[in-house]
This record gives sequence, structure tokens and C-alpha cells, in this order.
Amino acid sequence: MIEPNKIVDKIEAALADAEVEVTDLTGTRDHYEVEVVSTAFEGKTLIQQHRLIYDALDEELDGPIHALTLETKTPDATGENNE
Amino acid sequence: MSEDDSNSISLPIVGDEETGDQEQQEEQERTEGDEAGDVLEVIDREVTDNGVVLYMKGTPEQPMCGFSARAAQILQAYGVDFHAVNVLDEEDKRDGIKEYGDWKTIPQLYVGGELVGGSDIMMKMHESGQLEDVFADAGIDYAAG
Repeated sequence: MIEPNKIVDKIEAALADAEVEVTDLTGTRDHYEVEVVSTAFEGKTLIQQHRLIYDALDEELDGPIHALTLETKTPDATGENNE
Repeated sequence: MSEDDSNSISLPIVGDEETGDQEQQEEQERTEGDEAGDVLEVIDREVTDNGVVLYMKGTPEQPMCGFSARAAQILQAYGVDFHAVNVLDEEDKRDGIKEYGDWKTIPQLYVGGELVGGSDIMMKMHESGQLEDVFADAGIDYAAG
């Protein structure tokens, strides 16, 4: 189990401008959906983008996070599907 | 531009893209040492010899995890001929593929020997049309997109 704000902190520590939204999918604090918007993703393939987040959450993925659904976006790519 | 992430493809998103940590620990100890090196070689051959390889939990017919199910369904939608490896059957590959791909979760899709990603990435690339490009670039026959 891990608190959602710890996930946010970790990602923000790795990607300074990141906007992070964390959803606890099961209410059990171990299955999360994480959406990250950052300029750090610009010019990167999806796998490189996801790797940045996996690296930031390296320890957590070895323990308290059991499942992670990840969505990464650049600021340019947002807007169309956000209200 | 119509990159809409919340669009209409409805595949199951339940289940775990599991990092498989707990029971995994014991396996890790077993596969460390010489055996771990062999597994990486086997995997290397597997992803090189087959155009499209999906490492998953369960089989395409009977997936044991929602993320693996979704990955297999996406490949089936393209009609590509893919080699599926059930890491629950081939236990040494369960850790081996994580080490090989430097990627902590299963499923993992390899096309032309390269890691494409897990089910989230596959879904995103399916929606944006990039997955088709990956198959085309690798010279893989696919039917639809």
C-alpha cells in the first residue's frame, strides 16, 4: 500500500513540471491509474515516456504498487479530451 | 487531430498489469545465477526468430490477467501471426523477460526483436495508428487496424 500523494511526489521529483493525477482503482491503495502531463515527454516514444515514470517509481513497483495503468501526455497533446 | 484517449474501443481494462512482486521473490532466487543468463539467451532467440512475440499471463484463448487479455485482443484485431509465451507456464521467463526488457510489467510485446511496450502503450498506439506502422516497418503482415 502506498498513499497517492507519495506517487505524485515521486513523479514530481523526477519530472519538475509534471502534472500528476492519481486514481486509486480498487480503493486498496495498491492498484493505481496515473496520468502525467509533462514537457519531458516531448519528442519521446511512448515506451520512453513510460520508462521515465517507471524509473521514478522504481522502488514502489517492487513493492507497494501491484498494478499500474499509465497514461503519459505532453502539454500539447492534452485539451481534446479534457473538459 | 483526433487523438482521443477515451474513445470507443471497449476492451477489458480490469485485472492487473501486475508487477508480480510477492510470489516473484522466491522465483527470483531460483533463477539467479547461470540459469538467469540462459533464460536471457533463450528470450533473445525467441524475440529475434519470431516477428511478433507477446509475453503474457495465460494464453490468448485463456488469458489469466486483464492486461494480458487486452494485449492479445489488440494483436488478434490486426490479424497478425504472433507467438505467445505464457509466463505462468514458463516460470523462468516471468522474471527473465522483465530483466531482458528492463520493463517491470507483463504483458510485453516485441516486434522485430524490439520491445514495443505493455498493454497501455499497445492501446495508445492502436488508437493513434502507430501500431500499424510498427508492423509495417518490421515487415509483419497484418490484416486490419
